[in-house]
Amino acid sequence: MANIRIGDNAIPFNLPGVDGRKYLLSDYDDREAVAVIFTCNHCPYARAWEDRLVQIQADYAGRGVQLIAINSNDASKYPDDSFEKMKERAEEKGFNFPYLHDEDQEVARAYGAERTPEVFLFDADGILRYHGTVDDNYEDPEAVREAYLRDAIEAVLEGREPATAETAPVGCTIKWK
Amino acid sequence: MKVDFLYYEDCPSHGRALERLRRVISEEGVEAEVEVTEVKTEEQAAELRFVGSPTIRVDGEDIVPPPDGAPYALTCRAYTLEDGRVSPLPSEESIRRALRR
Repeated sequence: MANIRIGDNAIPFNLPGVDGRKYLLSDYDDREAVAVIFTCNHCPYARAWEDRLVQIQADYAGRGVQLIAINSNDASKYPDDSFEKMKERAEEKGFNFPYLHDEDQEVARAYGAERTPEVFLFDADGILRYHGTVDDNYEDPEAVREAYLRDAIEAVLEGREPATAETAPVGCTIKWK
Repeated sequence: MKVDFLYYEDCPSHGRALERLRRVISEEGVEAEVEVTEVKTEEQAAELRFVGSPTIRVDGEDIVPPPDGAPYALTCRAYTLEDGRVSPLPSEESIRRALRR
């Protein structure tokens, strides 16, 4: 279960990105909404949703929405989740958002993240407004009926409470050390 | 025909995958005994040559043979669908092809 609840403040972090930069959550204090997404390379659920995340970032970048992806998996047991492989994945898939490495897993533990992917959406004040999965169909983007993250982003941008503030994250478990 | 269905509890798709397997078996009208095995430890994964959940074998042969050297692990398995998308579930078509071999 996540350590932060709807209405709680975001937990700051400082993590390296695949582009060689260090990223602070506070770098995005000027955004209307920030989605912190725990994900990884190897998990088929994460991979099934990554094109949709790229599309969400593209669709909402102009409205002040920022996605941040974080990989916290133990790469010693899951080599596909190494920092080098993360760089390759980001390049291959054309990630248009930072892809950060939480090597010591402190950020995932602080958030209480359990799955990949798992979304924490914060509003302009850094308050958690949505937590859970991306949408209701990992298999087929054309068959999505509940676009939870998109709907929550729209709600946050309009200053409303998301109709669905929490869903169960669907995906692989985070691979702890 | 003997069908083995191996899964790892932490991967949420196994119930759906088993349902899909049983439906395709029924649609194909084949006589098949499905043996379901939960893989719980890394040691068991190695022993059963389990490369991820779910793994389905028809008469001992993986319906989508994994690449050589794929590590045995308690993890979710990625299947590449006919249209190139990645899914945690094998497609109905890949199950059907394996049953018709």
